Amino acid sequence: MILMRYLVSVIDDKSDPGSTDRQPAISAFNERLIDEGYWVFAGGLADTGTATVIDNRGEEAVFSDGPFVESKEYLAGIWVWEAPDLDVALRLAAEASRVCDRKIEVRPFQ
Amino acid sequence: MNDVEEAVTRVHREEWARVVAALTRRFGDLDIAEEAAAEAFATAVQRWPTDGVPPNPGAWLTTTAVRKAIDRIRREDKRDDKHREAQMIYDDDPPEPVGAIEDDRLRLIFTCCHPALAVRARVALTLRMVGGLTVPEIARAFLVAETTLEQRITRAKAKIKAARIPYRVPSAEDLPARVTGVLAVLYLVFNEGYLATGPGTDPLRHDLTAEAIRLTRLIRVLLPDDGEAAGLLALMLLTEARRAARVSAGGELVSLAEQDRGAWDAALIAEGHRLVRERLAAAAAGAAPGRYQILAAINAVHTSAGDVRDTDWSQVLALYDQLIRLDPSPIVALNRAIAVAELDGPQVALAAVDRLGDTLAGYHAYHAARADLLRRLGRSRESRAAYDEAIELAGNSAEIAYLTRRRDQLR
Repeated sequence: MILMRYLVSVIDDKSDPGSTDRQPAISAFNERLIDEGYWVFAGGLADTGTATVIDNRGEEAVFSDGPFVESKEYLAGIWVWEAPDLDVALRLAAEASRVCDRKIEVRPFQ
Repeated sequence: MNDVEEAVTRVHREEWARVVAALTRRFGDLDIAEEAAAEAFATAVQRWPTDGVPPNPGAWLTTTAVRKAIDRIRREDKRDDKHREAQMIYDDDPPEPVGAIEDDRLRLIFTCCHPALAVRARVALTLRMVGGLTVPEIARAFLVAETTLEQRITRAKAKIKAARIPYRVPSAEDLPARVTGVLAVLYLVFNEGYLATGPGTDPLRHDLTAEAIRLTRLIRVLLPDDGEAAGLLALMLLTEARRAARVSAGGELVSLAEQDRGAWDAALIAEGHRLVRERLAAAAAGAAPGRYQILAAINAVHTSAGDVRDTDWSQVLALYDQLIRLDPSPIVALNRAIAVAELDGPQVALAAVDRLGDTLAGYHAYHAARADLLRRLGRSRESRAAYDEAIELAGNSAEIAYLTRRRDQLR
């Protein structure tokens, strides 16, 4: 069985933030992902204010403070999963959305 | 049409989905399946007039299409990823035993109606891959440019491939939810045919209603135990049965009350009633009826009355009460109010309709219903204004003609 890799993004919403007490549930969910062989990588991201954007396409590198796009919604964390097909990834993502109390985006790697 | 042409048309209608589905399973690629199937049918059109129609046309077409697909893969093999393509050609493993029911066509429908695809893409893909309609035909049906539609289908196929949307019937636990999505696509196709929108189109698109009915019949055959598939088929048949009476010679919509009931299609009504009775028996045995089954039952009541005055409105209202518990949407409430008008009078119904104004102000049927109730109450000036709003919002040419005449009758 050839496995596909999916990037699973956790989307936070500044105007409608989710619960903040989700860490124990997420840890338990991660354990399960590892046990069942879907887990490749995961990580939460610090606030968008901690981001720095670098543009070195011109004569010299330009560093600027903040995220590349100001938006109401932003990336709060990611998973990388391996699954046989999109249906499996979507079923896990539906659970993940509940566990995190956030929206989730599933996108295949090329 | 000569015999061979007729045979090709019939075989295309009956076998297209089977050929595409068999090739999709074999090669795991919708593009290859679709193009090879199209080439096989083109070959049939060339050969059958001289060679005769083969004894088993479906098998002939599948074999021809497989050969075409392998030819194409070999050609492309020279520039594409050799390993992957070679694997496709020689992969003769039986399909994985997945899902509740195994049928290639059913897999194909579930793939085309996958919830990860946009609804418009699902409709287009289903009509192309399962219905066998050409891109120009679908583009004409939905009044979009061919290039737009081609892009929509190409993008959906690319997503199926890149995100690996599986080619299978969903597992038993996911099946009911996924069937709902499939039926919704078919109902959308039917409704677009039954109340076609746009100034340049026929008010009735028989090609679309016929295709929706054909595909729903297929779902019904493939999932005989699904009550909603039977309900949707019954609903479509009972609606389609009234087609000939629904638009006047002058191109104006004829309301249900004014239709010539003698022009209704008795065979379709009989078949629809049979399905509704079957579902009523199932409901009596404890199966909770879904939305389409209730809508079909409402249409069964209407089509049972030989004269509009014989309509059993209390039965209609009871069914709407049942429907509104299942689907408490303002559109259901609006239709329920129309039944209320027949039983309790236009005054009571108008009060119910007016309460829906906040949510339905942009919906032409809300203004049309208000206009009719106000007319019956003798409030002509307000009725006229409501007709104006309905005309402004309506998209179907026959309906606009009907509403305009009703408005102009008011003094």
